[in-house]
Amino acid sequence: MRTATDGLATGLAVLSTVLVVAPLVAIFVYLIYKGASSLSLAFFTQVPKPEGETGGGMANAIVGSAVLLGLASLIGVPVGISGGIFLAEFGRGTKLANAVRFTADVLNGVPSIVMGIAVYSLIVYQQKHFSAFSGGVALGIMMIPTVTRTTEEMLLMVPHAVREAALALGVPNWRSVLSITVKTASPGIITGCMLAFARVAGETAPLIFTALGNSNWSVNLNEPIAALPLQIYTYAISPYDDLHRLAWAGALVLIVLIVAAVSLVRYVTSRGVLKGAS
Amino acid sequence: MGVGIEVVNLNAWYAANHTLQDINLNIPANHATALIGPSGCGKSTFVRCLNRMHETNPIARVTGTVRIGDLDIYKDAKPVEIRRRVGMVFQRPNPFPTMSIYDNVAAGLKLNGYRNRRELDEIVEQSLKDSALWDEVKDDLKKQSGASLSGGQQQRLCIARALAVDPEVLLMDEPASALDPVSTSKIEDLIFQLKSQYTIVIVTHNMQQAARVAEKTGFFLNGRMVEFDSTHKIFTNPSDKRTEDYITGRFG
Repeated sequence: MRTATDGLATGLAVLSTVLVVAPLVAIFVYLIYKGASSLSLAFFTQVPKPEGETGGGMANAIVGSAVLLGLASLIGVPVGISGGIFLAEFGRGTKLANAVRFTADVLNGVPSIVMGIAVYSLIVYQQKHFSAFSGGVALGIMMIPTVTRTTEEMLLMVPHAVREAALALGVPNWRSVLSITVKTASPGIITGCMLAFARVAGETAPLIFTALGNSNWSVNLNEPIAALPLQIYTYAISPYDDLHRLAWAGALVLIVLIVAAVSLVRYVTSRGVLKGAS
Repeated sequence: MGVGIEVVNLNAWYAANHTLQDINLNIPANHATALIGPSGCGKSTFVRCLNRMHETNPIARVTGTVRIGDLDIYKDAKPVEIRRRVGMVFQRPNPFPTMSIYDNVAAGLKLNGYRNRRELDEIVEQSLKDSALWDEVKDDLKKQSGASLSGGQQQRLCIARALAVDPEVLLMDEPASALDPVSTSKIEDLIFQLKSQYTIVIVTHNMQQAARVAEKTGFFLNGRMVEFDSTHKIFTNPSDKRTEDYITGRFG
């Protein structure tokens, strides 16, 4: 009887794992099936061809996405981590902390298109032009709540004994927080940043009102900039078959690049981890 | 060198809970002093008042005077300065899990801005030798995490970490209660050696341990210090009936 229960529980766990992994694998396989054939050197080196001509690539959109995500991370990661540190270490139990936590949760639930409109009216409308900068800000703001809340939760998981050890050595509290608590929680905090990064990497709606898209080369923060999700969207709703195929290829490249970026960060941050570190 | 500790009318609270009531005692320099008593009697709170760790809990409060050497710790100094002079070892070994063995020992100095590498190397080596851990870890100092050591080794690492900042007093809050008998006896040997250089205050549940390592013993009960005398007197001929009941195992 006990063996049967054990077998049943194990079976259910395996089944759930398959159910979780299956959609991801299915999407990935389907993307390769639909998109891989359109991948060529030109896809990575050329900008889109004018309408009606065949060929062309998404080089500008790949670089554009990198610029937008870089800018978003520059805003979202420091602000988000600082917010999380405040919530977990300095503001615990204060009204301000509760307000910040509530705001972060609400912000997390704001539809991305609303974020786009908000940044449109705050930046684009004021400046009278679309820009890469406004797109990066929109994505950056969307990263903040995820980063803040995971940072807070990871810091709270650091054992009280570790904090006490630092304080008992005569280390000032702020120093103990930055050098001991945050460092101890850093693997989890990095995971949170990666989650936020991957989430905004595929965002299209907020970019429609901010970065706008661009069929030419541009890395100027003050001009509209291309982005992979935007380019995929534009091509997917077009009436041409070869553009549809390019959209599939774009989606494949987007996913591969996200996986590559996350893996790279994981690799870089896991170097120097000590034997037996927990 | 160690310094003596003079405690006058010490009272401590957690919120409305009056945990320590009118404690008065003199802890001699360069000796080991044991504090015994049943769980919840206030002995841990008492040692936490000696390095102002008590007040890191926001609901905690303390009144009275504690002089360490000639320093009135609640008047003349900031908590961080006192904690550099009064080291502490906790019940459960608590090495910094993301740091190497070396960085664990150097942590107190490095985090206070100390940067001289050669001196750090020397201090780390000396501290690990003083805590009888050097021979076991000297080959893996910078490669291995402090958390990879066994429980007993971790506790000696924590002692080394406390010694590295060169304190005058070493507080030990049940330092061996989470360890096996072999590790426990290593810690006790260590206390025996260290007390020539430091004033040691050790909280313990283990009365044999108190008898083995300490010259003086204090018995705490319900937030009060019932008796403080030489260890020999406490265990052979206590003046107070309650002390006798406790050490003979009639309660607690």
